[in-house]
Amino acid sequence: MIAMYFPISGADISPVYLSVVGFLIGVMGGFFGVGGSFIAGPALRAAGLNWNVAVGTDLAHIVGKSVVAAKRHRALGNVDLRLGLIMAIGTMGGVEVGVQLIEMLKRAGNVNLVVSVISIAVYISISSFMLWESRKTLRAQRGKTLSAHSKKDESSFGHVTASIQRVPLWPMISLPTSGVKAISLWIIILVSFIGGLFSGFLGGGAGYIRMPMMVYVLGIPTHLAVGTDLFEIIISASYGTFTHALKGNVDILIALVMHTGAAIGAQIGAILTQYFAGPKIRLFFVPLPLIGAAIVIYTLFTGHKL
Amino acid sequence: MKAEARRALFSFLIELLVYSVLVIGYFFLVLHLLGPWLFNLDREHVRIYAITAVGLIVVQAVLLEWLTTFLLRLIRGRSE
Repeated sequence: MIAMYFPISGADISPVYLSVVGFLIGVMGGFFGVGGSFIAGPALRAAGLNWNVAVGTDLAHIVGKSVVAAKRHRALGNVDLRLGLIMAIGTMGGVEVGVQLIEMLKRAGNVNLVVSVISIAVYISISSFMLWESRKTLRAQRGKTLSAHSKKDESSFGHVTASIQRVPLWPMISLPTSGVKAISLWIIILVSFIGGLFSGFLGGGAGYIRMPMMVYVLGIPTHLAVGTDLFEIIISASYGTFTHALKGNVDILIALVMHTGAAIGAQIGAILTQYFAGPKIRLFFVPLPLIGAAIVIYTLFTGHKL
Repeated sequence: MKAEARRALFSFLIELLVYSVLVIGYFFLVLHLLGPWLFNLDREHVRIYAITAVGLIVVQAVLLEWLTTFLLRLIRGRSE
């Protein structure tokens, strides 16, 4: 493959490689609503970028990819703007706290070990829970006629979601687009804060934690959770790109090339959600955090950078 | 249903081919025209570079979304 020179980072990378990586992450983003940072970061690192530039450039690429996917999801009626804007506030706070925790661990000198162990535990827990829940829901649905086009969603976690929605913590708000009659504003802020905390602490858009929390804790239908998460990522990733660019961690040319593949991939991913019911989308999501866990285990035990 | 799926796949492959040709042209435009300018901006005016970086990726996202939608409509319209 012919390599091209990118002057900002000083790297020689094949644009075909970048486009293909972007395409795969675009499909994932459009289908699952995740930024795909646990694949994009290592892919950029494997191409020879330093981790700080890989993370910053990936965030820039996430902005573009999310704009395309969120726009498409909005056209399909999968974005709850009210919920997305409220969540953006909580995410910003969470990101700042996550970054401060990293700085604390850096000063203590054990940032790599602590972050690696926590990320492995988090990724495996998410995969295990989603596998268990999706299979249980699919088994319960057997015999019922389920339309992939339906915005109504079923979850084995429904009773817990209903209890959370009944918590009378003022102010209570309604989310008509998502079909939520009343929920405490503070619960939404808390959920987005936790997502932001993971984003600041483990990197990327943290859609892998925010999307499941939106479905199981807030009770948002999966199709809407995917679209709204993408909309919310536009705001938080733009903020992240700006701050990383100030620190010299963004090669925007690499992000632009990568995004050419993501643009078409995101379109396909968003269209695919129309052919699968919510529990099936969640079942397909299961291996993704495990890939992230495998990469972290590899770097932890071998000490090699990917 | 199978014929419909085959037609959709065929349309997608044509779209991918046309898109790839356009994108290769775009690589050269981006790398050769924007490259040196962005490099200087990053070294000398980092705040402007940071704003420009976010702006560029958003503008490209909107333009490419329009292009892919246009191509898909054009190709599907012709194949039907």
